[in-house]
Amino acid sequence: MSTSTKFDHPTNANRFNQDQARTHWHDSALWFIREKRDRMSKSLPEWETLRSCASQIKAHTVSKLADYLEEFEKNARARGAIVHWAKDAEEHNQIVLDILKKHEAERIVKSKSMLTEECHLNPFLEKNGIEVVDTDLGERIVQLRQEGPSHIVMPAIHLKKEDVSETFHQHLNTEAGNNDPCYLTESARQHLRDKFMQADVGITGVNFALADTGGIVVCTNEGNADLGVSLPNVHIACMGIEKLIPSADHLSIFLRLLARSATGQPITTYSSHFHGPREGGELHIILVDNGRSNLMNSDDYRNALKCIRCGACMNTCPVYRRSGGHSYAATVPGPIGSILNPLRDAKHHKSLPFACTLCGSCTDVCPVQINLHEQLLTLRTEVKNQKQLPVSKTMPMRIASWVFQRPKLYAWLGGIGKFFLRNLPRFMIYNGMNPWGKNREMPEAPSESFRQQYAKRAKKNQSK
Amino acid sequence: MRVALFVPCYVDQLYPRVGMATLDLLEQLGCEVEFPEAQTCCGQPMLNSGCDTDAAPLAERFLEIFTGYDAIVAPSGSCVSMVKNHYEHIVHGDSRHETIRTKIFELCEFLVDVLKVDSLPGNFPYVVGLHSSCHGLRELRLASDSERNTSEFNKPRQLLQMIDGITLADLKRKDECCGFGGTFAVSEEAVSCTMGRDRIADHLQAGTQVLTAGDMSCLMHLAGLIQRDKHPIRVMHIAEILAGYEVPQ
Repeated sequence: MSTSTKFDHPTNANRFNQDQARTHWHDSALWFIREKRDRMSKSLPEWETLRSCASQIKAHTVSKLADYLEEFEKNARARGAIVHWAKDAEEHNQIVLDILKKHEAERIVKSKSMLTEECHLNPFLEKNGIEVVDTDLGERIVQLRQEGPSHIVMPAIHLKKEDVSETFHQHLNTEAGNNDPCYLTESARQHLRDKFMQADVGITGVNFALADTGGIVVCTNEGNADLGVSLPNVHIACMGIEKLIPSADHLSIFLRLLARSATGQPITTYSSHFHGPREGGELHIILVDNGRSNLMNSDDYRNALKCIRCGACMNTCPVYRRSGGHSYAATVPGPIGSILNPLRDAKHHKSLPFACTLCGSCTDVCPVQINLHEQLLTLRTEVKNQKQLPVSKTMPMRIASWVFQRPKLYAWLGGIGKFFLRNLPRFMIYNGMNPWGKNREMPEAPSESFRQQYAKRAKKNQSK
Repeated sequence: MRVALFVPCYVDQLYPRVGMATLDLLEQLGCEVEFPEAQTCCGQPMLNSGCDTDAAPLAERFLEIFTGYDAIVAPSGSCVSMVKNHYEHIVHGDSRHETIRTKIFELCEFLVDVLKVDSLPGNFPYVVGLHSSCHGLRELRLASDSERNTSEFNKPRQLLQMIDGITLADLKRKDECCGFGGTFAVSEEAVSCTMGRDRIADHLQAGTQVLTAGDMSCLMHLAGLIQRDKHPIRVMHIAEILAGYEVPQ
């Protein structure tokens, strides 16, 4: 992520909105995908049934996660995989490094994995003298720019082809000003091909782990995961413990939901299944907790563990579309990120549960029926309980509550407020103190409130 | 039917005409309407800001004031949803809430589901753009939304279509949020205004002359932008149109 990004969402979002043309372009690009997703989901009469099946399977798995993890470990080992457990990001990174050291690996190709982003694996490995190349095209573009991904499925969705052309010109020596997508893609392909050929170890994420077979499934559109683990001898698969599903029989439900929700495709181009290492090779699977078991124990937020990282909540979120992924200053942005990040670190991410109008679109779009907007509302109270809300926000609410408990005082103050609104000169109402008035007019204050009109009418009716 | 009129605090203070239109409309349809004068605010701004302990006494008051009526009706999906769906977190199993949850209705919902209105008088020869307010849409299910694969229905639209002369505008994004979001409108001013302007642009291309919604809060935000940007769109709450009120000049 860019170093200039602050943790405060409103400040970052305000900066993003300075360039309105770009904001609109970002919004339209994501809305295009949301509409594609709508068409694809509506082409399946059983869509809502699929969602509730997926939600129930995930809820069940989470309720017996320890059992399923053990079953998975046993079956994966039986197939020859080496299974590691990591309680946090640090342990995960160390396990990866140890494996690399054992094989004297210096060059790594990685297919997109949000977990390794979450653990900040790249900077850790680079610090230890290892070259890591992200092989997903979007991920490679942001890596060259030394930015984080702005979206979990489309990491470079914030960039226009002109930006990519400039980046490639700087780093891959492409022609300056050549914005042709075919030319740019071909250049990236040639560049990545070299990296694939030289790699000592391939790292991938995991979309689904199957407890009953001990296998893992990785979904990509570019086939980069397959290439990345087919050339080197060692494959390291990094997964959060919530990626588990009980059985291969359940996989079709998730595969049908995932790509439709993510990009409006019927299925991802490549859904690669790995059951044990290939002959003569090694398959390491790292199971990472990193705060997930805390969620499992929480009635309010357990549902967030159902997430299959399709990104549909981001594409539909009207705030995300108009503030960009980097404004969230977090690995996972958007509605689901606004839940996961503050639960991990409320202090740094306290503004995220408020970067939401509670419109509920994320909840209805979610393929596994996570009650996202309800959790965001509950989380606001959590932020307050952790004393992360400034007095400038809590005090007005305390005062308002006090006034609203006194109807006569409320009516009297309402009258005064309306009087001022009608009679104060414009500069006293529209100034730096009033964010409402920066781009909007205030409502015109009537001379009487509803309760005054109602009382008058009741009196008139009585005297009739 | 003895109906309690629940008028949101900001409607009481800033939009009395919306309260009067709701009252007139319910009385025209044969309801015996009472406005319990001790009511103030349901506590939504506090809960939405994370201040649950400041919302709790207001929820308590609400339950006390509104218990005992056959129905409670409000011209606001957002405030109704607060009482119906979010009080349980702050009143913790109060039995009065269990009853009130089943008796509180947003105005359009009440007209369609309880009174089963199938015709309305009046003539409104304008192109009307209906803004689907989010809480009404996705928390009260006043209409089907574009995210879910369910059969299509729209209660506010159904009511508007009963009025002679009305033309309903066709929007490109029929149910996107306007960007108001309570204190979001102030704390995230930039995104809020971009969202609002996008909604207005959609209505402008659809030829909307009168913009309406079931929630005055969304309309307050949109009207503020319309007025600042000097667009030729008038704003009316749906209760005003259904009650046969004139377009304000």
